[in-house]
Amino acid sequence: MGMTITEKILASHAGKAYVEPGEIIDAEIDLALANDITAPLSLEEFEKVGATKVFDNDKVVFVLDHFTPNKDILSAENCKKIREFSIKHSITHFYEGGQCGVEHALLPEAGLVLPGDLVIGADSHTCTYGALGAFATGMGSTDITYGMVTGRTWLKVPENIKFICHGKWQEWVTGKDLILHIIGKIGVDGALYASMEFDGEAIAALSMDSRFTIANMAIEAGGKNGIFKVDEKTLEYVKERSMRPYRVFESDKDAKYREVYEIDAGSIGLNVACPSLPSNVKNVDELKGVHVDQVIIGSCTNGRIEDLEIAARILKGRKTAKHTRCIVIPATPKIYAEALKRGFFEVFLEAECIISPPTCGPCLGGHMGILAKGERAVATTNRNFIGRMGHPESEVYLSGPAVAAASAIKGEIAHPREVL
Amino acid sequence: MILKGRVWKFGDNIDTDIIIPARYLAITDPKALGEHCMEPLAPLFHKEVKPGDIIVGGFNFGCGSSREHAPIAISALGISLIIAKSFARIFYRNGFNKGLALLEANIAGDVEDGEIIEVDLSSGVITWKDKEAKAKPIPPFMEELINAGGLINYLKKNLEEGKHESI
Repeated sequence: MGMTITEKILASHAGKAYVEPGEIIDAEIDLALANDITAPLSLEEFEKVGATKVFDNDKVVFVLDHFTPNKDILSAENCKKIREFSIKHSITHFYEGGQCGVEHALLPEAGLVLPGDLVIGADSHTCTYGALGAFATGMGSTDITYGMVTGRTWLKVPENIKFICHGKWQEWVTGKDLILHIIGKIGVDGALYASMEFDGEAIAALSMDSRFTIANMAIEAGGKNGIFKVDEKTLEYVKERSMRPYRVFESDKDAKYREVYEIDAGSIGLNVACPSLPSNVKNVDELKGVHVDQVIIGSCTNGRIEDLEIAARILKGRKTAKHTRCIVIPATPKIYAEALKRGFFEVFLEAECIISPPTCGPCLGGHMGILAKGERAVATTNRNFIGRMGHPESEVYLSGPAVAAASAIKGEIAHPREVL
Repeated sequence: MILKGRVWKFGDNIDTDIIIPARYLAITDPKALGEHCMEPLAPLFHKEVKPGDIIVGGFNFGCGSSREHAPIAISALGISLIIAKSFARIFYRNGFNKGLALLEANIAGDVEDGEIIEVDLSSGVITWKDKEAKAKPIPPFMEELINAGGLINYLKKNLEEGKHESI
């Protein structure tokens, strides 16, 4: 029996020739990640274990991105603990200050994740790296402590679900619209415990930025990981960044899938997930007239250069609506510099947007854009649970950058054609 | 082990932003986290809940973030068990890692809020009034983790036995 790309990566890291769904394996990891929210708990556990060193100081990554630049004394104290630990243990990949970006945009950009890798992260959106043909999954802080100490983790081999996309995409449609479509169709637990694999010529036509967005939201369908075939675009992306060898795996033709979905790319319009679940998906045209108080364009889902470019195309020469604020957050310093170079900041400033430094802040109601009672946001982020962005009686609508930018101009949920 | 407690019913898709909102995540003290547990849905939960109470949920309990603050906040209130139709993967893993027992059983439609239920953790048999349900068996590896006293104790034991180099 053949294996999927996920099974092959897991087998190779467990020193096995073959693995199958349901099997529990002990696997070697290539990277363990934690952030300023999850790392403090990992470090507390590290002390409880009595460990004196990490398994490999090149393979532990700390990114201070959630409550940074620090929003209060507690978050500053947490960052200080991580900083001191990183100095003590000579952690190579400790990111803060002007190096710091939203972790899941930062790690691929810095070449820290490569095809065939096995990555664990104390953040649920660690699954983003599946876009590179790596196995990556989110865990808790204690699991990361285990990984930091031993260089290993235990995993249950997941079942596989395949999504094959054919045809051509409509104008303005990006990876975000596809993943919202899929979550809307299978539900927030539709891929519970399973691996989500994406394939087909319409997937090959997508940019790396769009693929990261799709893999990022595998968790919103309950998925263990999202994963893509490594193609020329992946290799091109990796070529400029890789500093070590990597392995390209491919699913066998006779690999076993629990379900296979065939999707017509052309049938997918601009999608919006309504409060308060990512599966509550509607076409943008069904939401006309819904007033918007705040727009967020950023996060590990849509804070990459492709997203900012789409937003800039729509916002150019226009202004945000009188009573709607629009916050734009380039996900990393490199994306920030690129957006500046391409003149996007001029567009955003003229459109009266707020440009924020890279941070996860508003996505999780942390800082830099909290909603008051009764307020409504359109955000390119990945979650719209109750109270996610602030007051429990505020609302978050999830969209891609095109709908977000158009909605900022109109002050209501809008398709770009309504403002262009 | 037998657990007996009062039921607190919550619905489907109880996500980690409900269990412990992100604005409190700079807190690491379990007691302080417990004071905000379930706040968006039930602001008085932390005051009304008693040690030994049992949470009963629907499907996909604990979906969302990987934050261990969620099982920590629940445990801090003295809740030792959650029964749900299904759990989100990361929450399930975190629960066992932190010593919070999680049982998969679909009883939310049959038990009432405040009702006393009895649970035999080893057999998975849940009883209340004249009714009985059986939870899905806990995977053997998770059982091994519980027997070791959670992941950190499991790791400690392995380190002492020289199974891993680092220490």
